[in-house]
Amino acid sequence: MTNEEKKELQIIATKIRIGIIEGTHAAKSGHPGGSLSSAELLAYLYFKEMKIDPKNPRWEERDRFVLSKGHAAPLLYSTLANRGFFPVEDLKTLRHVGSYLQGHPNMNDVPGVDMSTGSLGQGISTACGMAKGFKYQNKPNRVYALLGDGEIQEGEVWEAMMFAAHYKLDNLCVFIDNNNLQIDGEISKVMSPYPIDEKLKAFGLEVETIDGQDLSQIEAALSHAKATKGKPYAVVMKTTKGKGVSYMENQAGWHGKAPNDAEYEQALAELNATLKELEG
Amino acid sequence: MADVKKIATRDSYGNALKELGALHEDLVVLDADLAGATKTGTFQKAFPDRHFDCGIAESNMTAVAAGLSTTGLVPFVSTFAMFAAGRAFEQVRNSIGYPHLNVKIGATHAGISVGEDGASHQCNEDLALMRAIPGMVVINPADDVEARAAVAVAYEYVGPVYMRFGRLAVPVFHDEENYRFEIGKGEEICPGSDITIIATGLMVKEAMDASKQLAEEGISCRVINMATIKPLDEEIVLKAAKETGKIVTAEEHSIIGGLGEAVCGVLSEKLPTPVRRVGVMDTFGESGPAADLLKLYGLSAENLVKVCKEMVK
Repeated sequence: MTNEEKKELQIIATKIRIGIIEGTHAAKSGHPGGSLSSAELLAYLYFKEMKIDPKNPRWEERDRFVLSKGHAAPLLYSTLANRGFFPVEDLKTLRHVGSYLQGHPNMNDVPGVDMSTGSLGQGISTACGMAKGFKYQNKPNRVYALLGDGEIQEGEVWEAMMFAAHYKLDNLCVFIDNNNLQIDGEISKVMSPYPIDEKLKAFGLEVETIDGQDLSQIEAALSHAKATKGKPYAVVMKTTKGKGVSYMENQAGWHGKAPNDAEYEQALAELNATLKELEG
Repeated sequence: MADVKKIATRDSYGNALKELGALHEDLVVLDADLAGATKTGTFQKAFPDRHFDCGIAESNMTAVAAGLSTTGLVPFVSTFAMFAAGRAFEQVRNSIGYPHLNVKIGATHAGISVGEDGASHQCNEDLALMRAIPGMVVINPADDVEARAAVAVAYEYVGPVYMRFGRLAVPVFHDEENYRFEIGKGEEICPGSDITIIATGLMVKEAMDASKQLAEEGISCRVINMATIKPLDEEIVLKAAKETGKIVTAEEHSIIGGLGEAVCGVLSEKLPTPVRRVGVMDTFGESGPAADLLKLYGLSAENLVKVCKEMVK
């Protein structure tokens, strides 16, 4: 990735963040905190890494992405809209009656959504199914899944990890958004899943820990994942929940709350300033 | 009289999978450490690379099947009814039902005829759970011929299907040559004009026997085999209600939420008709030989005769 490409992806990540704020503000509900924390990852996956075609969302040869932490729907929607799957203006219909942008993603409603998710723990299992299906059919499609660090408290996640390692799903790359916060507070205080990397290793995955908001580290991790054979790859991403909006950063309270009008104005002002600086 | 051939519908399931597997390369089977019991082992022997054992992890297996189906495969998920509909209910609901994915669920060891394993494994609630999911097809075949036909039809149908099979060997009464299974179509298997028993699963044969016994006492009892619980064949129910005026439902399932309440739902809204529900009476089962338990819990021709006589009187 050149410096120019990196800057372009930073601009995209900021635009994705703006879409998250637009959506949750218009919805008067939704999950901005954990959406903002993975904007760099989705910018990199959808604008550089994944084999996709916004004009042909059901293209059989595409790579797949499963948002296992389905409550970060505003993040996925904003990414897809910015990538051209549907109009960016539609983000403001999020969670409205009649909108295809449901509170949690439905694959049959939204162009570009590869799996319906929302109930935590299930998305990673479906991603395993996709990876197994492609492997069994000798197809080259790769599968990416994003989980929350609170989500991995669900037992099903570990059933899925066992499955992924047992069937040597090296076409699967799992990301854990380790922003250290869940609804009730710090994950270590609510119900600690730590040490996350050691647990994943013990379940048979190849594991790497990165700064999840550093595009160069995301790029390196994805290249390591592709080079790894015979094992699924897991990336523990250290992130800041609410990243990019000063008053939301590291605040568990912004897990599932929408900004009011004043907060919305401030968030947009901050993100637009970031955008202006990047576009220089 | 020649001995009646008896086959457990779980065996029918395994045999049907093997036959279909030979015809369709996209058919894959998942099991959760029960391949010997669910009879998917029959398929596994023939097509080892298409049988994915998921270990004792039914929730994951169910959602894995959802993912597999999005890659163009047709997965058949297999485990006991208790775990398929019970433990993995939410995976069925959210990862298969909500996106309406092309996954087939083969649930064996349903009902009280599981026998000796007792109440923890006797699932009398699965029809209720599966019926409540929008868009789910729910099938409960009565014998070997019907079970194999249903599996083949489920493969061809695009969308989620729940199929219920039993552990106990049950009499085969359908004629292989002439029988055609159709989703959503009930079958009038005995004519009758005084009362109708609408039965499903292993209770169909009991209802047929009851009808014979009732005939000897001058009561003309129609029997309908309702192999598809959802979508329900409302037409055949309404016709029976109109022509016989009295309905008894019979299922190896709780009287709550299964065939009985499905029939009552139709009749109460469209043609109010007296109905008696024969099934497991809002109670858990217990250990014992299947045949003894069926009698003990009133899932018998004898009890059906008694209930019908009370209604016709």
